[in-house]
Amino acid sequence: MPIITFEENDYDCNQDETILECLTRHGQTIPSGCQSGVCQTCITKAVKGVPPADAQQGLKDTLVAQNYFLACVCKPTSDMEIAIDKSISQDIAGTVVDKSCLNESVMRIRLQTEQPVDYVAGQFINVKQPNTDITRSYSLASLPSEDALELHIKRVPDGKMSGYLHDDVQLGDTLMFNGPSGECFYTDSNIEQPLLLIAVGTGLAPLYGILRDALAHGHQGDIQIFHGSLAVQGLYYMDELYALAEKNEHVHYTPCVLHGDAPRDGQQGDIQQIVQQSIPDLKGWRVYICGDPAIVKSLKQASFMAGAGMSDIYSDPFEF
Amino acid sequence: MSLYEELGGEAAVNAAVDIFYRRVLADAYVIRFFEGVDMEKQAAKQKAFLTMVFGGPNNYTGKDMREGHKHLVAQGLNDSHFEHILAHLRSTLAELGVGTDKIKEVIDIADSVRADVLDR
Repeated sequence: MPIITFEENDYDCNQDETILECLTRHGQTIPSGCQSGVCQTCITKAVKGVPPADAQQGLKDTLVAQNYFLACVCKPTSDMEIAIDKSISQDIAGTVVDKSCLNESVMRIRLQTEQPVDYVAGQFINVKQPNTDITRSYSLASLPSEDALELHIKRVPDGKMSGYLHDDVQLGDTLMFNGPSGECFYTDSNIEQPLLLIAVGTGLAPLYGILRDALAHGHQGDIQIFHGSLAVQGLYYMDELYALAEKNEHVHYTPCVLHGDAPRDGQQGDIQQIVQQSIPDLKGWRVYICGDPAIVKSLKQASFMAGAGMSDIYSDPFEF
Repeated sequence: MSLYEELGGEAAVNAAVDIFYRRVLADAYVIRFFEGVDMEKQAAKQKAFLTMVFGGPNNYTGKDMREGHKHLVAQGLNDSHFEHILAHLRSTLAELGVGTDKIKEVIDIADSVRADVLDR
């Protein structure tokens, strides 16, 4: 069993356990976000020992050469001494300029930064809670041409970060974040290709950005957007989406609810079945799926089986 | 010229993985071994495997194949499942228009990893 040395303490790492899991099990918290090796929040340096290569995927060559790795996907094979270098991830400060309820459990927060942030609609940022090690990833619903970054925050029961963002943060407060990162965004490689966007809950945030980004790029192919929730109270941005569908002939918006009456143009039932019945054959389509990880996983497989190519399916990489 | 080059290199393998994996996931007899598996990671492994059997650049080791399937052997993975996978590979190649002789060649290479996969 490898021994992990961190801040002068030794911790035993179980087989199949990541360094992040090992430290957490021993009551040590280090900054982390996506838990999937994507957001790079948990970047850690091996002071002694060599990190497995697959824990360095996606890191810049210069960081790999210095034995940096991602703790959330690092299953050590031998003893390691590790350290956190806080200078690596460059934090950006954002001022809260808007805080409004989109429905009973989703809060919209807009952040303005001094310098424009370089990003593509649909990417995510890692927001830090002041005076703690808590970091959470939130997708951007805004476009870079807009004057603020827009986040949709779902209140999670007993959620520390979502509770903080819903209840405590005030207009004018500063939030620190890093990123943006992520591969789930629009590219204009084929503007004729039909697009299927499936959002569940606040998975609408990145897709609202991606939809408007596609339109801004002059996308010509059909764009079908489905937004699912348990009931109509869980949907939001309905007026905005109805308006986009009315203004653009090739945009079709289907609000979906599991329970209760479906709203105008909407359907009642399981979102996966609704999509399957609406578009049985996805050959040639590009598919974006965002929201609850379990539903995303199942929708990804269903889209693939319905004919979408593996490389044409995009989704949010992070756990909530 | 290897089949890998003949088919059109990496892009062709990507197309083959989509067809092959879709056939595998639609097969009720083997689906239980793929449940809960991350699709992209699985596709990457299948891509490495198909690249190898097509004679493309690879660093295949029997050891990885053995280690990677041990937990499945413990769950009952056996020759009959292996035959199903070979059949899906055969129909994938036929769908891509590969000739009978070449298909036999590829299937023979794929069959050569049987002992590693089944941990014998």
